[in-house]
Amino acid sequence: MKSRVGTAYSLPLTLWISLFFLIPMAIVFLYSFLTRDTGGGVRWEFSFDAYLSIFKQTDSGRFLYLDILWYTLWMAVAATVLTIVLALPCAYFIARTSNNTLLLFLVIIPFWVNFMIRIYAWVAILGQSGILNEGLIALGVIHEPIQFLFNDWAVLLVLVYTNLPFAILPLFTTIEKFDFGLLEAARDLGASHMGSLRRVMLPNIRGGIITAILFTFIPIFGTFAVPDVMGNSSVFMLGQLITSKLKMTGDYPTASSLSVFILILTVVGLMLYNAFQRKQERDKRVVIAEETT
Amino acid sequence: MKGSEVRVENADKMFGEFHALKNVSLTIRKGEFFSLLGPSGCGKTTLLRIIAGFEDPTGGAVFLDDANVLPLPPNRRHVNTVFQNYALFPHLSVFENIAFPLRLKKVPFPQIKEKVVQYLQLVHLVGHENKKPNQLSGGQKQRVAIARALINEPSVLLLDEPLSALDAKLRHQLLMDLDLIHDQIGITFIYVTHDQSEALSVSDRIAVMNEGKVLQIGTPFEIYEAPADSFVARFIGETNILDGTVTAHDENFYTIETDGLGPIMVTSDRHFDLGRRVRHAIRPEKIDITKEKPVGLPDDFNIFHGKVSETIYSGFQSQFYVEADEKVQMKVYQQHESYLERGPAIRWTDEVYLNWDADDGYIVEMI
Repeated sequence: MKSRVGTAYSLPLTLWISLFFLIPMAIVFLYSFLTRDTGGGVRWEFSFDAYLSIFKQTDSGRFLYLDILWYTLWMAVAATVLTIVLALPCAYFIARTSNNTLLLFLVIIPFWVNFMIRIYAWVAILGQSGILNEGLIALGVIHEPIQFLFNDWAVLLVLVYTNLPFAILPLFTTIEKFDFGLLEAARDLGASHMGSLRRVMLPNIRGGIITAILFTFIPIFGTFAVPDVMGNSSVFMLGQLITSKLKMTGDYPTASSLSVFILILTVVGLMLYNAFQRKQERDKRVVIAEETT
Repeated sequence: MKGSEVRVENADKMFGEFHALKNVSLTIRKGEFFSLLGPSGCGKTTLLRIIAGFEDPTGGAVFLDDANVLPLPPNRRHVNTVFQNYALFPHLSVFENIAFPLRLKKVPFPQIKEKVVQYLQLVHLVGHENKKPNQLSGGQKQRVAIARALINEPSVLLLDEPLSALDAKLRHQLLMDLDLIHDQIGITFIYVTHDQSEALSVSDRIAVMNEGKVLQIGTPFEIYEAPADSFVARFIGETNILDGTVTAHDENFYTIETDGLGPIMVTSDRHFDLGRRVRHAIRPEKIDITKEKPVGLPDDFNIFHGKVSETIYSGFQSQFYVEADEKVQMKVYQQHESYLERGPAIRWTDEVYLNWDADDGYIVEMI
């Protein structure tokens, strides 16, 4: 009786997940095992070629796609770390301000502006005849414009800028729920100001930090617009690779196999992380039985 | 004595417009169990937080064994706090919560373990060391908080209403445990509470506070038997207050013409001029209640006639509200041992006689 009611309640969620999550995943999975057709579509023939192409070597012996994956990983890690490091103090400050509605509003405002426009705004700032170069020339600091664009730093800068709100918001919600009395307790027990933040606040807002990392790392890992506009055109990030496979060459199986490959990597990574966490938790247990008898 | 003397001199604290502490001075002796007692908002917690270092006073000074501690941050004061809501670290086990101060000092693990076990034993929590705070009951949480605050061997332990979140029975048990721990380790305890029975039962001395001021400092006996003013008299225990004018006095024996009850005899060591308006107090348990008019009482007993308007039976005693002379409501407590021996219980609307010794009455203050 009870369980049947429970099933009824979970039906909308099951439908939603199936429709927008499981079915698309299944399609991607299916396509990754099909054969590329010359016209830009797929032939219904089972093939493992798309997966093998991931490990395809160039004439000089380099793994083209794996290099891109590696480069993407580093860019994503660097951008995520920078984003979290900047978002933490922001979220902390907003959470500790009594009237934080205005500050939260300021964090959300950029979402009203089109994503591409926000990226191109940086071209207007950093470009050859952008505000920064013009300003520096006017001040006499430099005489020739500096090329700020089309390098990894420009990509990182804009990635951090566009993803900062996605990190600030989950961090803010967990920090707001944090009991700041615990910091007083830590101070009372001998911790310095920074020590109390590190030893008591950070572990207790871990959930928010993990959410913030996922919310920023995943979109950054798949990004293509930012490196397209801001980056060096001779290197690709993974998102650009997959997009180009779809749009330029219509190679659906390779695009799908790359997606599945990343998914498997992510799942394995999460499983390892979980196992590591459980082991740490077990190792922390102390045995004091012998002293008590 | 391992404890420190705590001296507060002219401590003043403003929160915006709110005057939380008004020129408070007190000296807490080495090793004393000292209570700060008062209603909420009286400034007792503010004073505790100033001693701990969480608040800076607007004026005044705080000394620990003659050293001014105001410039020191909380982590540099040899003082630890047991917080009202426990403030246990949710991400750490009981063991690691208690070990926290030692971890900060980077003490080697074997020593940490030895000491944590010692304090787990002190608070009777051996066997719970691997639990997380959310797996503990309220009383267990508070024991962890106490062990954690003591492991640093502070010279003063501050307790901020540590038992207020617990039920009555557990509160009593933990209070007795605290008293025992205090006896064992001998450091100074400063105990903040709004519960007068907690303060009376374990304190060496009590400071009664109201509206940011210390009204009286004394032993539980002094505070109860000789309250400094009518606020203290009313706040500590129950009392019957009768205002009146001094009409006669012989040595320390006074007669007061009260506004409701007519003349009352009372003894006082202090001097009051004839015609002086005073406030007289008599504790409910010091009044004897009988159905028959008492005979053979000495001359210095006050006797009044009245009618019971309310009775409250509470197990070990009964409380009566008596309309004395049909004008003034008096509270009277009767312990049941003697009360049942006296035969038929006194009931609602019974005509009764109240009597008390002039020595038991007390002139609280001039008005």
